[in-house]
Amino acid sequence: MSSGPNPNVFLGRSSYRTRRLRDAVMILPVLGLLLWNLPLVWQGGPGPKLTSSVLIFVFGVWLALIVLALVLARPTMPGDAEGKESGPR
Amino acid sequence: MVSFKLLIFVALCYVAFLFTVAFAADRRAAQGRDNWLRSPITYTLSLSIYCTAWTFYGAVGYAARSGLEFVTIYLGPTLVLVGWWWVLRRLVRIGRSQRITSIADLISSRFGKSTGLGVLVTVLAVTAATPYIALQLQSVTLSFEVFSQQSGSDWHGNDTNLTALWIAGGLTLFTVIFGTRNLDANERHHGVVMAIAVEAVVKLFALVAVGAFIVWGVAGGPVETLAMIDASPISQFQQPGGRWVALTFLSAAAFLCLPRMFQVLVVENSDERHLATASWAFPLYLFLMSLFVVPIAVVGLDLMPEGSNPDLFVLTLPLALGQQGLAMLSFLGGFSSATSMVIVATIALATMVSNHIVLPLWLRRRSSGASLHGDVRQVVLLSRRLSIAGVLALGYVYYRLSGGGTALAAIGLVSFAGAVQVLPSMIGGMFWRGATHAGAAAGLVTGFSVWLWSMFLPSFGVGEILSPQVFAHGPFGLGWLRPQALFGIEGLDPVVHAVMWSMILNSAVFFLVSILTFPTPLERLQGTQFVNVFDHSHGARSWTQNAADAEDLLIMSQRILGPTEAQAIFQREASAQGKAGYLPDVTPRFVERLERELSGSVGAATAHAMIGQLTQGASVSVEDLIAVADEAAQILEYSSRLEAKSSEQERTARQLREANEKMTVLSVQKDAFLSQISHELRTPMTSIRAFSEILVDGGIPRPDQARYARIIHEESTRLTRLLDDLLDLSVLESGQVTLSRQTGVLNDVLDRAVAAVGLRDSGLEVRRSRSDEAVTLVTDLDRLTQVFINIIANVRKYCDHAQPVLRILVSRTAAGVTVDFVDNGKGIDKDQQELIFEKFSRLTDPGKAGGAGLGLAICREIMNRLGGAISYLPGQGGAAFRVFLPAEPPDLPAG
Repeated sequence: MSSGPNPNVFLGRSSYRTRRLRDAVMILPVLGLLLWNLPLVWQGGPGPKLTSSVLIFVFGVWLALIVLALVLARPTMPGDAEGKESGPR
Repeated sequence: MVSFKLLIFVALCYVAFLFTVAFAADRRAAQGRDNWLRSPITYTLSLSIYCTAWTFYGAVGYAARSGLEFVTIYLGPTLVLVGWWWVLRRLVRIGRSQRITSIADLISSRFGKSTGLGVLVTVLAVTAATPYIALQLQSVTLSFEVFSQQSGSDWHGNDTNLTALWIAGGLTLFTVIFGTRNLDANERHHGVVMAIAVEAVVKLFALVAVGAFIVWGVAGGPVETLAMIDASPISQFQQPGGRWVALTFLSAAAFLCLPRMFQVLVVENSDERHLATASWAFPLYLFLMSLFVVPIAVVGLDLMPEGSNPDLFVLTLPLALGQQGLAMLSFLGGFSSATSMVIVATIALATMVSNHIVLPLWLRRRSSGASLHGDVRQVVLLSRRLSIAGVLALGYVYYRLSGGGTALAAIGLVSFAGAVQVLPSMIGGMFWRGATHAGAAAGLVTGFSVWLWSMFLPSFGVGEILSPQVFAHGPFGLGWLRPQALFGIEGLDPVVHAVMWSMILNSAVFFLVSILTFPTPLERLQGTQFVNVFDHSHGARSWTQNAADAEDLLIMSQRILGPTEAQAIFQREASAQGKAGYLPDVTPRFVERLERELSGSVGAATAHAMIGQLTQGASVSVEDLIAVADEAAQILEYSSRLEAKSSEQERTARQLREANEKMTVLSVQKDAFLSQISHELRTPMTSIRAFSEILVDGGIPRPDQARYARIIHEESTRLTRLLDDLLDLSVLESGQVTLSRQTGVLNDVLDRAVAAVGLRDSGLEVRRSRSDEAVTLVTDLDRLTQVFINIIANVRKYCDHAQPVLRILVSRTAAGVTVDFVDNGKGIDKDQQELIFEKFSRLTDPGKAGGAGLGLAICREIMNRLGGAISYLPGQGGAAFRVFLPAEPPDLPAG
């Protein structure tokens, strides 16, 4: 999300990669929202929907999101200059 | 059987342990060893106050009643955190760059630092949080009750109330001690954060331990557990879609809007990068907390007798299965969940109440010049403490009035829905520049009213506050106003109904009023700073013309931030401008920065009002805004190198101008000195010559001879002293002086100096603090004594108060020792402050001083040689000199 006028249209390979990974972080909640609402609409076979299978599905999606967030956390971390405490305190 | 006494003993030990942890963490932070206190893991753990007793006990009860629906409460926050790049990062950045102290402060600051909005959000937050605090008290007393019934001890209603009272009292004590220890400019509480991090570990461990015992110890393994779920009353997934979506949304929004979450997420955040770690670690925490909820609920439904309270399965199951230790652990887990939530929520609410209600009232009462008199720090701390007690008292009263009994989950959702009414204004304010103050106020009032009517009041039950008549036919027979069927739309789940209508109406009114009204200049400025927070981190300037005097600003800042911190800020700014001393030029940029520092302590609206009093209503106009915009465009055109150069030139020019002014004054002074010194030399010379001639002529009676000789002697002593001073100074300046290294106690040095000045008949009273003065010094003590003598003698000469008082204040820092000499006289005019340390300078009446104006110049040279400094300290109510001695003495030969 780089708003504002930015003269550098062409970025280096590594910062280009970082930006795309940040895009990936931003898509994660959308993915989670879609998958977690899936049990509301699915028609799994002839019998009634079982709590146990929905439980496994919901927690499985949860674990997958955690792993993805873990993988993406380090490469997308804000740089030193961006995130530090302001002022010499 | 766990005896009830043992339980109380364990609980007390645990509380003592928490106090120790908090105390140790505060201590470490004060010593600057706070690296691991500010680690991403501590940050993540502190977020766990989201999981209150409502989670620890209530989630199992929720699952036993409605199956898997409980999980939505934890899915929402997970979505917010894994998508931290959307909202959280922006929120934390805004929080830090604007020094936001609470969610009320955020809204107030965004919409033109408005006091009214701050009050509105505070009232909303307190109303929504009170039932929740009551709920935590209730859960702890309930868990006590379970144990007492087990051990068969007598437990009456009175004891329950007494327990709740004790708990509320203990929590007040803890929060007051660690939450209002100091008025930190960053509003961080290391002790509290560390204690809740420890509690986070305890509650997770307890719940996982109970869960693991249930799954492997009772059910016999994961596969068997799943089979048990399939055989249980909640085996079917018959989830109403509306509730599932609405609750996910509600929990995600509440995660951002709850005052206590805002406190740990934004206010206590010390590094933006901690968010990256929390983005996976906190969802993992929630995952683990939720993992065993359904198994515990299912086993509880299977094993426990019909009609037992599912909200307490976490506690009653281990007890029923004879696992006393596990039950004790589970009790501590529940206790931790309840107390950590109450502590943080109380701090967050008390900050809001104090900054947005108490302080503005106090300021108004002392209308003019309030910022200059009285110790604001003490007032702020006192009002915080009273607010903490007040918030907890409200929680206790609500607990007593409601009498407990309502299912835990219901109260939690009511509270969540109240807190999220801030969401439209918050998100709108962060992403949309067009959001206005009027829009936010209208939206908040609408949302708050709809919530009160459709959720809060009905939550007490039909017939309690609202009559069945109103539920069935609406107030005054207005059918479209029925609390649970607004606008005649029936059949909705009450929670979905209330959340949907309050959010829709809130957002719609917010949007409509915003596009129809026009923001004030200050709102537009703040709007730009919030929405474009990533573009210009230091923000645009807000003050253009300034009548404020640097010294007045310093006096006010000292009252709020404390002398050390305020002086450090002023000194830093002055040196950035290329000036020496404590008083920088009052540039708009400086005033804006100062206002931000102050708002870290007292909130944006109050800080703005206080600065506004001093800048005498110099406010922003549309022209100023245009000027700011023009300026920004221009800066973009220049290359950054040019910009750096021009600021350096400006600095040099300022230094040159200052030097030039000083030289002009000095040259005048030097001329004055030459005539002065010739006069000083000539007067004694004349009398010496005259009297010695008389003596040479002879023929004088003996008594006269002695008298004349004494006059000659006195006059030559005066001459010698003058010449000694001159010599001393020139030796010091040329660096030929020999200093000797001695070791002694500051106390003795001051004793000697005070005795040497001889204050007996001058009426000057010296106030000292002997305990502070017990500092060992390694320096040239004789020379140091000379400096002190000079300063005290100066005070005696110049202090013009009828009852002169000199205060000597000693403080130790890591860099060294500072000794402040503060009198109660008129002080020294600002234009003279620069000059008093120059040679030959003397204030006003030369006859009174009886010296050649060399004393302070000598002092300065001595202090330079000793590696320290002497400076004039403005804004202390009188003349004040600060002597600084470094902890590391310069290389001096041993004496």
